Amino acid sequence: MASTIRLKTKTRDNITTVRAIIRHPMETGFRVDADSGKLIPAHFIKLVTVKHNDQIMFSCDWSRAISKNPYLSFMFEGAKSGDKLKVSWLDTQDKTDTFETLID
Amino acid sequence: MLRRDTLKYLASGSLILLSGILKPVSALAKWNQEAFDATNLNDAINSYFPEQQIEETDQIKIGVHPVIENGAVVPIKINTDLTKLESITIFVDKNPTALIANFDLSPGCLGFVSTRIKMEQPSDIIVVVKSNGKLFSTKTFVEVQEGGCG
Repeated sequence: MASTIRLKTKTRDNITTVRAIIRHPMETGFRVDADSGKLIPAHFIKLVTVKHNDQIMFSCDWSRAISKNPYLSFMFEGAKSGDKLKVSWLDTQDKTDTFETLID
Repeated sequence: MLRRDTLKYLASGSLILLSGILKPVSALAKWNQEAFDATNLNDAINSYFPEQQIEETDQIKIGVHPVIENGAVVPIKINTDLTKLESITIFVDKNPTALIANFDLSPGCLGFVSTRIKMEQPSDIIVVVKSNGKLFSTKTFVEVQEGGCG
């Protein structure tokens, strides 16, 4: 199955911009199913970790109020071409996914 | 009966906890249940930053459109000139739960984060930045035409 994570990096003048989109419903638990009339249970990503090589560079604690199919961008310095960048997430159902790319 | 249910509940809870510990992604995890459950802004801030002073600053810029048609997708960019950054935290005053997201920055990170959030109704967005061990905040008001939490 295709990864839930799309990850892009761009490095210029020693600064790397990271952009990630994760495919995830991010259900709040407040939404009603139109067919059954019942509440759709909460189901959202709680934690996202971004590792540069083997060091944690950036991490997120999220609530249900991050939009569906979350978008995340941040910047860091000091990356070299060929370095590894890895994004992992963990949701409220203990599901997880990881995607790794090489910096250009 | 009640006791048996409680035991079952506890057992399933500890299983979840255990499986959480085994996941590599939770290495730095500190998901603060109490703060994320808080339904008003002051409770959320106080449980996330217990007994800490927060100073208002103009060194944080919240980039968000002042009028949002659809509260389900509110693009937000945060920039800060503050140095020795440790974290950037977003709160929305009038959402059902006020703590939206926290981002932990390592020393290599620049003062920038961008994401998309949900807003239930017109509200202040409050951003708290931890810099050199101290907390700084700024806020901006956003008009929301259609709520995005339901």
